[in-house]
Amino acid sequence: MIKPALSDEILLKIEKPARYIGNEVNSVVKEKEGKLRFAFCFPDVYEIGMSHLGIQILYDMFNRREDVWCERVYSPWPDLAAILKERQIPLFCLESQEPVKNADFLGFTLQYEMCYTNVLQVLELSRIPLWARDRTESDPIVIGGGPCTYNPEPIADFFDCFYIGEGETRYDELFDLYRSMKDQGKGRAEFLHEAAKLEGIYVPSLYEARYHADGTIASFQPIAPDIPAQVKRQVVSDLTQAVYPEKPVVPFLKATQDRVVLEIQRGCIRGCRFCQAGMIYRPNREKDVDRLKEQAFAMLASTGHEEISLSSLSSSDYNQLGELLDYLIEECDRKHINISLPSLRIDAFSLDIMKKVQDVKKSSLTFAPEAGSQRLRNVINKGLTVEDILGGAGQAFAGGWNKVKLYFMLGLPTETEVDMRAIPELANEIAALYYETVPKEERNGRCQITISTSFFVPKPFTPFQWATMQEKGEYLRRAKIVNDHMKEQLNHKSIRYNWHEADVTVIEGVLARGDRRLSNVILHVYEHGGVFDAWSDFFDYGRWLNAFDACGIDIDFYNTRERGEDEIFPWDFIDVGVSREFLLREWRAALAGDVTPNCRARCSGCGAKQYGGGVCYEDPN
Amino acid sequence: MKIRIKFRKWGVMKFVGHLDMMRYFQKAMRRANIDICYSEGFSPHQIMSFASPLGVGLTSDGEYLDIEVNSLASSAEAVDALNAVMVEGVEILSCVKLPDHAKTAMSIVAAADYRLSYKEGFESPCSADEWREIIQREFWDKPEFLILKKTKKSERELDLKPFVYRFEVEDCGSPVFVLSVSTGSTDNIKPELVLASVCEKCGYPYREEEIQIHRTEVYARENGRLVALSDMGEMIP
Repeated sequence: MIKPALSDEILLKIEKPARYIGNEVNSVVKEKEGKLRFAFCFPDVYEIGMSHLGIQILYDMFNRREDVWCERVYSPWPDLAAILKERQIPLFCLESQEPVKNADFLGFTLQYEMCYTNVLQVLELSRIPLWARDRTESDPIVIGGGPCTYNPEPIADFFDCFYIGEGETRYDELFDLYRSMKDQGKGRAEFLHEAAKLEGIYVPSLYEARYHADGTIASFQPIAPDIPAQVKRQVVSDLTQAVYPEKPVVPFLKATQDRVVLEIQRGCIRGCRFCQAGMIYRPNREKDVDRLKEQAFAMLASTGHEEISLSSLSSSDYNQLGELLDYLIEECDRKHINISLPSLRIDAFSLDIMKKVQDVKKSSLTFAPEAGSQRLRNVINKGLTVEDILGGAGQAFAGGWNKVKLYFMLGLPTETEVDMRAIPELANEIAALYYETVPKEERNGRCQITISTSFFVPKPFTPFQWATMQEKGEYLRRAKIVNDHMKEQLNHKSIRYNWHEADVTVIEGVLARGDRRLSNVILHVYEHGGVFDAWSDFFDYGRWLNAFDACGIDIDFYNTRERGEDEIFPWDFIDVGVSREFLLREWRAALAGDVTPNCRARCSGCGAKQYGGGVCYEDPN
Repeated sequence: MKIRIKFRKWGVMKFVGHLDMMRYFQKAMRRANIDICYSEGFSPHQIMSFASPLGVGLTSDGEYLDIEVNSLASSAEAVDALNAVMVEGVEILSCVKLPDHAKTAMSIVAAADYRLSYKEGFESPCSADEWREIIQREFWDKPEFLILKKTKKSERELDLKPFVYRFEVEDCGSPVFVLSVSTGSTDNIKPELVLASVCEKCGYPYREEEIQIHRTEVYARENGRLVALSDMGEMIP
């Protein structure tokens, strides 16, 4: 057994010591001699990080290589972080319990912008210089991946390189390059220069941004002639054949996602204009149902989990869903395993399935109309109509359900008060339908309609990347309009309304579409105690405002300023595979309220066909 | 069919708490394809119960859980199947069939044996022989050994002597305290409470970070005698 990095005394003093001991079922321990060591970090607490599918996939893929040992690292909880600092104990990897600094690579998966301060903390506790330019030959190569890398600029100065796209495709080449350069006695600068020539690898130090007097970007160019001007997003063309972890690591602690996760497809055919995932994971690629059955069986056997969940952006669009669910329901019933079904469209088919796998009395139905009015739903290209919602809710009420959750966004482009008021009106209509259609003697009490609104944050590589945001006060005003109007509804006693904090939205907005000048702000926040900013208990809006002030950075430049159609964005050097022309076409269509059909109904020529797979090549018959 | 499983817990697994150990074993039953019984309903759970929760930081050679199964091959095969899916730090020692009318281990636990030893890097303030003298003088020779037992609601005076069945010192390079104490839902005595109370009397403060507590066996009382929980069932050939 590997000796823990922390003493008994420390482990018995902190909360949940099992976060830090490794040794979990299916975790991989190797003889370290001669291995390329990869420390893979999800910069948040263990229970969150262990729930992430992406690390499980790459952990499995990397460790299949005999010459690589991939280990995991998570953010230590504040109780341990304070002890590590005070006692000068370096942050360690879970498997070997050795310092992170011993690794050849430190990889971060960047799933949300508010984790950036945690990245800095992991670097500091690992004793790796925060600025990439200060690192030496004894430091690991710090590499980032995940959705936030579709605009890596706000954190570019802290990273040696980024991997743009799906990890399954290019890491082997990167590792081979690293080994061969090391064998030749080449250093990190030479390695990074060569790595930058690999498709999908972005080395920020090899690019230079110049700015106009108004603060917008004048040019963004490589500083050496042999470095490509565009970094191309990497995509797995055949997901059925791609690696998938048949033995995922099983935590001792109850992770947020304490179940087998079966990814049934990647991408989405819908093309909602606010949704970054719907654009950056194009084309939609389905996995073959027979392969999924094998994988589900293997993962349940190797983990012993009591639940399996399907993962995709829109499970109802998976062509072989019926066959897959028939198999799973039979297999899971026999083994007493629960099935959890997220992202299903509510219709006769899904209600029938849900009845088989859930307790109707306890479960609720979820609709995500995202916008209250049909006009605004057309703007965002959310093809869900009032008829769909009322039809689905009506069938559900008849089937015994009486809880409905509705998700909306406030602050979408072109939103007016009419659209805001439409949100509680829709909720009222659903409640009215319940009282009209379900006879009194069959009712299980009142129906419960819960409205939740978040504030919209425009993301890079979406048609809304040109959109303006609002100020904090305006967001709250809009939430109040919804709340006040909700109280005026006839069935208001059956409706509850929750809205998100507006201040986090403002910061997310800046970081999502920011540029390299923001690294000083992030560092300032971190140096003034900011960490775990994704947690509302820890997030401190004032600390961020102070940092913007201290660094002379204007939030309005990033959030409320109108962006011109020709403006060069900080992320434009990435070739995401979906063309700027398509995004602009969609932006104009949005403003005109025109709907674009989904990928199966008609190809809109977004550009993703170049990846040679998925829905672009499906036989329409 | 009622089955009692005995296991060992050591190394870093001592940092995995009782609730997480329960979850660990539920998953292990599935990985090992044990034909365990489930409750009814939409969220069926396995019929499984632990004899006596082991605190975080403690190790053990004598942990028990009871399960109900529809079928089981043989004791040896079940032990092998479970050990094949264990992590380092948990080892299945035995698996016996209980009589059909047997009560769960949890409801009949009466006593447990412990070994308390100094952790690496910590030294005893006195030798094993000196400890033996102290324990004889301060504990066994006294007509009663009163302590203040604190519960959530109140404090009460308690004579420990009737609940301590064995309290000896072995010399294993450094002194090791060997205790047998009353355990269970009533009169649950923690071994460190016994040692700490004696330490207090003789002026050596008890420091919990210095002492590793290791459970060695758990017993039930049958006809006035203590019987190890695993001796209450039979091997399945």
